[in-house]
Amino acid sequence: MSVMNFIGTTLAAIFTLAVFSFLYKDNPFYKFAEHLLVGLSVGYYVGQIWHTAFISWIINPVFNERQYILFIPIFFGLFYLGFIHSKTVWLIRIPIALSLGIGSGYGISYSFQTSIFIQLRETINVFTQSGMDAWDVIKAILLVVGVFSAIVYFFFSWKHEGVVGWIAKVGIYFLMIGFGASFGLTVMGRISLLIGRFLFLFQDWLHIIK
Amino acid sequence: MKRSVPLAIVLVTGIIYFFVPFMTNRFTMDFLYQTILVDWMKIMGVFAIVMSITSLVRRNVYKIQRKVGDYQYSWVELIGMAFMITVSIFLPQTPLGKNMLLGGIREGSVYDWVFSNIQVPMQATMFSLLAFYIASAAYRSFRARNAEATLLLITAGIVMIGRVPLGEDIYNFMKGLNGDASFRWSEIFNFQGITQFILDIPNAATKRAIGFGVVMGMIATSLKIMFGIEKSWLGGTE
Repeated sequence: MSVMNFIGTTLAAIFTLAVFSFLYKDNPFYKFAEHLLVGLSVGYYVGQIWHTAFISWIINPVFNERQYILFIPIFFGLFYLGFIHSKTVWLIRIPIALSLGIGSGYGISYSFQTSIFIQLRETINVFTQSGMDAWDVIKAILLVVGVFSAIVYFFFSWKHEGVVGWIAKVGIYFLMIGFGASFGLTVMGRISLLIGRFLFLFQDWLHIIK
Repeated sequence: MKRSVPLAIVLVTGIIYFFVPFMTNRFTMDFLYQTILVDWMKIMGVFAIVMSITSLVRRNVYKIQRKVGDYQYSWVELIGMAFMITVSIFLPQTPLGKNMLLGGIREGSVYDWVFSNIQVPMQATMFSLLAFYIASAAYRSFRARNAEATLLLITAGIVMIGRVPLGEDIYNFMKGLNGDASFRWSEIFNFQGITQFILDIPNAATKRAIGFGVVMGMIATSLKIMFGIEKSWLGGTE
């Protein structure tokens, strides 16, 4: 193991233990690690943005490829820096307005297309697949019933009583199964990360586990 | 003017871009979509990031100047940030020892070394901490009080067992006990199969239904912003 590898592993282990110390209670070691992580993360993204975005999207096209039209987004982008002084702070609204307007307008029709029409089509189209056996049909029916009943549960314009109440009840059961599955997946994801950290401590750092 | 101009910009650009996904002519695809929506928005986004980083620095400097709360840790944050910015942007890419570079963001640079040996382990540990809190929250809230909670508890249990090798081991053991009997009762221990079914059918149905709700909410909010009903994004009253 090289010196830099040894230093790297030791530092990683120290900071891992510092973060784990939060399980006891909030303490200076954890706070140090937490703030260092924020600082390093911001610095990391600044480095990435400088090299991949600033150089590639602004400096090179404008100064090397002479794409002077890019001064338009640069001009509007500079308005973001208006927050430095109280008299120019309102300028920040201009680029935000542009982003919001473009994002909202495009988002409405785009999400209707992708998240409503396509999802609805996929839900209904399950019945039109060829070569379906009885089990596939049951699954397709369950999928449609699940989507419909869960939507009814979130529909509050009608009182949840009678038939609507029954459908909403079925919707709750589907939602609970869905939430249970999401919970189980999240737990297993976190557990595997935890196992990874313990493996690092006992295998890579302390060499207790071979 | 300070409020009406931004509101007018939102309305006009919103209406124009509402029609963009439906139009396939060259001007729309090349200029409105590729040039403005993709390229120019990216460039403007870079300045938004500059603003947010400047804001973070100002907040920490303010805390240090006024000695607010745990202001000492603001030094740690600023030094960490300054270090990464210095090595990635300002230092030359000269060799440092055998396998390292002083500056730049390439593999083998100091920047990359700090990322791999300090930032990544801390981030992974932060996320793994949630395992303890999820377990603690589950213990308090997952008691089978009613049918819904029981269903959630059972589903979570099945999915957890179905995602680890233990689930497969149990299934194989039960299959061995079942032997060649015509009634395959061991299938109820097929945790991987049941997990896949849960993910494919009830979980997908739930996600779809919630997705519809989210998109409807997003569309409603977008319309409110476009038509100036929702103005909180303007900030302040001036």
